[in-house]
Amino acid sequence: METAEKEMRLIMDGSELIVESVARAGADVFIGYPITPANLLYSYSQERLPSFFAAPDEISTLQWMCGYATTGKFPVTASSFPGFALMLESINMAYMMELPMLIILVQRLGPATGTATCGAQGDLGLLQGAISGGFPLPVVSISSMKDCWEMPAKAMKMAIDLRTPVVLLTSKEEIMTLSSFSVKNLPEINKIERTFYNSTETYMPYKTGATLVPEFLPVANTEHQVRFTASTHDQKGIIQNTSKEAIDNTKRLEYKHRQNKTEHLFYDYDEQSGADTLVVSYGITSAACREAVNAVRADGHKVSMLIVKTMLPVPPVYFEIMDKYKKVVIAEENLTGQFKNILFGERGNKNVSGVNGIAEMITPARIAEAILSK
Amino acid sequence: MKNFLTDAPLPFCKGCGHNHIAANTEKALQLLGYDPMNVVLVTDIGCHGIIDKSFLTHTVHGLHGRSVALATGVSAALNNPDKKVIVFIGDGGATIGMQHLIDAAHNGFNMTVVIHNNFLYGMTGGQPSEFTPFGFKTPYLPDGGKKTGYDICKLISAVDGVSYVSRLEGISDFSKELAEAFSRKGFSLVEVMEICPSYGVKANPGMKLSKVVESAGLKIEKFVDRGETEAYQTTVKTDLKSLFHEEDAIKTLFPTQLEKPIRMMLCGSAGEGVQAAAEFLLKAGITSGLNGTKKGSYPVTVGVGFSAAEVILSSDEILYTGSPNPDVMCVTSADGLEYARKTIANMKGGKLFIDSTLTAPETKAEVIYFPFRERGGAKNSSLYMIFYFLKTTGMIPMDALLHVFGENKIAKKFDLPKMFELLNEPYTEEMSDKTKTIA
Ligand SMILES: Cc1ncc(C[n+]2csc(CCOP(=O)(O)OP(=O)(O)O)c2C)c(N)n1
Ligand code: SF4
Ligand SMILES: [Mg+2]
Repeated sequence: METAEKEMRLIMDGSELIVESVARAGADVFIGYPITPANLLYSYSQERLPSFFAAPDEISTLQWMCGYATTGKFPVTASSFPGFALMLESINMAYMMELPMLIILVQRLGPATGTATCGAQGDLGLLQGAISGGFPLPVVSISSMKDCWEMPAKAMKMAIDLRTPVVLLTSKEEIMTLSSFSVKNLPEINKIERTFYNSTETYMPYKTGATLVPEFLPVANTEHQVRFTASTHDQKGIIQNTSKEAIDNTKRLEYKHRQNKTEHLFYDYDEQSGADTLVVSYGITSAACREAVNAVRADGHKVSMLIVKTMLPVPPVYFEIMDKYKKVVIAEENLTGQFKNILFGERGNKNVSGVNGIAEMITPARIAEAILSK
Repeated sequence: MKNFLTDAPLPFCKGCGHNHIAANTEKALQLLGYDPMNVVLVTDIGCHGIIDKSFLTHTVHGLHGRSVALATGVSAALNNPDKKVIVFIGDGGATIGMQHLIDAAHNGFNMTVVIHNNFLYGMTGGQPSEFTPFGFKTPYLPDGGKKTGYDICKLISAVDGVSYVSRLEGISDFSKELAEAFSRKGFSLVEVMEICPSYGVKANPGMKLSKVVESAGLKIEKFVDRGETEAYQTTVKTDLKSLFHEEDAIKTLFPTQLEKPIRMMLCGSAGEGVQAAAEFLLKAGITSGLNGTKKGSYPVTVGVGFSAAEVILSSDEILYTGSPNPDVMCVTSADGLEYARKTIANMKGGKLFIDSTLTAPETKAEVIYFPFRERGGAKNSSLYMIFYFLKTTGMIPMDALLHVFGENKIAKKFDLPKMFELLNEPYTEEMSDKTKTIA
């Protein structure tokens, strides 16, 4: 670190960076219901965003956000599993209506209320199946303080580009731990300028072209009638049973998210030539992973590292990278290896092993051991 | 006069009360001279909800029971009382989503809620709702309702913040009454009583709507009308400041190099300054030019049980922020010891500072007892602990800790010379200078 930069360090937590990031990217409102460990996001947002609403529960939270989103404004919320569970039907609604919004999911130890003040990485499996029908809900995660700054704005851009709710996945220690951090020389975040349908031709709310994303038009505009619906619908936004047009529209929701656009693909691939082993991680375990890789390399061993940030839908490039290695180790703070299971199924793959555990952060020592084990 | 409904037939069974509400809504909006582009109709799930396709206004068709909450978001975001937000919801939706009705009324969000009360869940086959009156039969209640149904008008009238509440029978022309509700700013609600011919009439042959309403003891009247009330206004702040307070940036005043990172853990009881002491250490480390992290652990309820903090200081970048094997462990209370026991047992070396009232578990760490609680009192035990351990280990400059402590407002009320005396350490003139903020 440059000396001048060191001179300008603040004591910050990740929550502060996240909220500043969404504020600069143009989030209009935070709507939320308190829950540990997401409360810092709630309180910083109250101070930093143009509007703030304390909703009476998490179903209301998501519904209010959907209402906000229909008007072309960008809403943000933050919760943990118990609140997220209540939001689920409404997230499906936002997904079907194609409403951009950001939901920050701060993982804590479950099941149920579990331990509110203990971090975890236990909700990826839930997110993988969150949309009825198995449609992909975009999930991005953060792996460092710098990501707390960059990823929220990128997730917002993704939500707007794809007209969809996006989940920013994190966990307690990532956003509550205080760190010395320099805000000098951070990449700039500009307000995301949204474009709306502007043509005199009759607006069809769910008609799309090559992008597979319908153009957005806010409700209550005076030019065109706008319809949003959570039910199976045609391009006009009118409820249908299972007409071809409507089912094609529903299928489009799958294809829209499977375009694997490079501008929505975020990962750090640290390739060491000659390495046979790849260690993969995400979220809170990324830091331990980076430390383990440094230590292993310092001892003269070769290892490559993949820190994934675009989590779901799984970008095919991750498989391309993993296929280059004889051995893949996936480290994550849950009991069964949820990301591993998403990638390789319950049956697994003989070249792939996990470093797992709950109730404490996975240590660099355990990851190093797994990298070196024969 | 603009049309609000398409020419297509309405999507309801013959004779369904929902038909009348749609037609009267159009008429009411025409009476008020609305443009359909200034109206947003938010509909619930239920037979009544599929009306959205017939309306020429903007339409939002959501989930069962959540339409009022959805409309709340629309209304709060539009923040413009000239845009009319109308909610169509059934007795079923009002049952499952009652909280949203109370909440929207309580806040006075700008909208008119039209409850289509046909005393049952029409869409799913005529099951009873919480609005089903005593004695009213449905295919699922062949002997009739066993209790009186909700009086939603009474309930919502009791909520502070509501502008208008009325109940009417959904027969003939009630467009004027609807128009009155639509014209009110803030939150207005109209409960329209109707009968579902397919399930209600079939289960209660020959029953008349007015009889059902009357025998249920439900009054057809205006419950609340506050007249010209203020519209709800969403606060939209424009004078927003960055969360980065660059004026709080920490300067390196006591440059220090560490050969390897120091991982410290402070364990005590809630309310005994553990987190604050850890933050002093963190800040002192950063003032020494080091990188630092501080992680807190505590039970959910603040103010009881253990409170623990992990501080890491390093000349290099800190990645992993855990301390499974700390270099320094400080334990000031029994709660803290319980929490730290496993970690202490794991320590392969380093130092354990522990209050004299406690007994250190088996460990490879060097154990140092000191009566922190007795000397500093419970409240200051953590503060005494960090000064003591820094004094004895010299891990980072004491001057840095004195400096960051001196900057804090608690220093003003704190007797530092006395603390050093109680810690059996000399407190010098020079040290006192260090607590004075360095420009
Ligand atoms: C969360 C949820 N639970 C249950 C249902 C099934 N459901 C659909 S409509 C309905 C009841 C509708 O009754 P009401 O609101 O009175 O409308 P009506 O059909 O009588 O007009 C129910 C229970 C659903 N769609 N969503
Ligand atoms: S089932 Fe009942 S409520 Fe539904 S449309 Fe038919 S008459 Fe109306
Ligand atoms: Mg009903």
